[in-house]
Amino acid sequence: MSNEIDVIRSLLPQARRPDRSRRVDVGGIEVSVVEWGDEMSQPLLLAHGGFDFAGTWDLFAPLLADEGFRVVAWDQRGHGDSDMAALYTWEADMRDAACVIESLNTEKPIPVLGHSKGGGMMNQLAEVLPHRVSAVINLDGIPNERGFTNQVDRSDVNALASELSGWLDHRRKAGQMSRRADTIKGLAERRKLMNPRLSTEWLQYLVTVGARCDDDGWRWKIDPTLRFGPSGAWRPEWAIPRLRGLHVPYLGVIGTVKEEMGWGTTPEEAFQILPEGAEFHALADTGHFVHIERPDYVAEIAVEFLGRVL
Amino acid sequence: MTTTFLEHVRSRLALHELRDGTGHPLLILHGLGEESPQKIPKVVQGWRGPICALDFTGHGASSVPVGGGYTCEALMSDADAVLAQLGPVTLLGYGLGGYVGLLLFGSRPTEVKGLVIMDGPGLDGGGGRPVSPKLLHVSSSSLDGSTPDPWAMAELASDIRPPSYAADHARQIQVLSELDVAVCVASLGRPEWLTAALESPVVVESDVSTALSTFTLL
Repeated sequence: MSNEIDVIRSLLPQARRPDRSRRVDVGGIEVSVVEWGDEMSQPLLLAHGGFDFAGTWDLFAPLLADEGFRVVAWDQRGHGDSDMAALYTWEADMRDAACVIESLNTEKPIPVLGHSKGGGMMNQLAEVLPHRVSAVINLDGIPNERGFTNQVDRSDVNALASELSGWLDHRRKAGQMSRRADTIKGLAERRKLMNPRLSTEWLQYLVTVGARCDDDGWRWKIDPTLRFGPSGAWRPEWAIPRLRGLHVPYLGVIGTVKEEMGWGTTPEEAFQILPEGAEFHALADTGHFVHIERPDYVAEIAVEFLGRVL
Repeated sequence: MTTTFLEHVRSRLALHELRDGTGHPLLILHGLGEESPQKIPKVVQGWRGPICALDFTGHGASSVPVGGGYTCEALMSDADAVLAQLGPVTLLGYGLGGYVGLLLFGSRPTEVKGLVIMDGPGLDGGGGRPVSPKLLHVSSSSLDGSTPDPWAMAELASDIRPPSYAADHARQIQVLSELDVAVCVASLGRPEWLTAALESPVVVESDVSTALSTFTLL
């Protein structure tokens, strides 16, 4: 088995596992925190997207570490190597992010970078803890008035009925569920359905870092009680009127190719709501995972931005 | 009173049977920070069938999760576990339980035989429109596993309940439930979500005894 892992990882020599890992108590449960780069360097916090995990930074984070950053990422609760929780909310994820920053024991504010859901979280972090954040880099996590791409049309009675009862049906059996076991290849193929623009080599690599090998096969290390898709009253667009109020240097990057997992925000929409003076890049022929499709370029503009504003 | 426990997702939920009987049950949903009544409340004594009451996650005799993360949708799912156990019920919700009852009715419109919304703690939540976000904090010394869970108290008093969200659930009830009068509002309180729900013709103002005497015949 380890031979198979070695072969898969050897196909992506530029991907690098973290240099260190530790666990941080976030109020009774523990999250897994990983770091790349010199411990004495400038910290930079990375927040992954929903149903991702810290290992999804293995291509991008080393590029930042090699430019002199102490890159810190964590698995959100229920994801990767962090504990599973009984309950999940955006607000609990925000508290966990604040605990991870606390664990760095840094007095100075630090730059933060988030992808997708993580980008939305870092927008909010800069608002609720402005004294802890020195810059925000948002990778395809900028909201728009239309909500998520895959959001149900709430005016459609039958569609909403299916969404609501489907969520409850999932909860009725969630306590006994486990993620489906498969081969590395099989898990990668299933993930490609949601991440169609990402290479097979990368998706197979992700299995080796984001799934665990049980007796009957590989399973993603994501809490089976979590269900893809938005639920509840919370809407990403609630953040729109407040983005202008962020008074930290801000870099927004979006991919212009729409994807199921993406937020579908157009460059025009993003440009209108970003904080004054924000730097903004809309990447042509690039999907939702800008940092995986174009790691070198996104790292280059991130490092250039941080070098200028910190 | 007999108590059974339902294993639901990662919670162990206490379901109390306050009174046996024939016909479909009345399920009482308590308010924020409360727990199921030990005795049958006077207002429901006219109910003909069985009377049950659920302790939500983190309340009463139900289990306390670690690390918070409460949503009204998770509590709705708690109450849905009772539907799975008992079949169709009429709901009577106090405060928070009234809002959770509306969400459940909108999500299971053919399995709920009417809802009565009463005043009680947590009726308003965090209001109807997004406000400045905040990072909630609970003293770790208060997290001793006892109920009510301080995280529930903090999080369910600050969750946003948009009028349009409640109105969507009321519309689901209106279209998919077969009841002409489906939700009776017996509360004095009128948070924005409830005013919005009252726009639906199947959501009406009513005193509790009239409401229950209608629903008990269903």
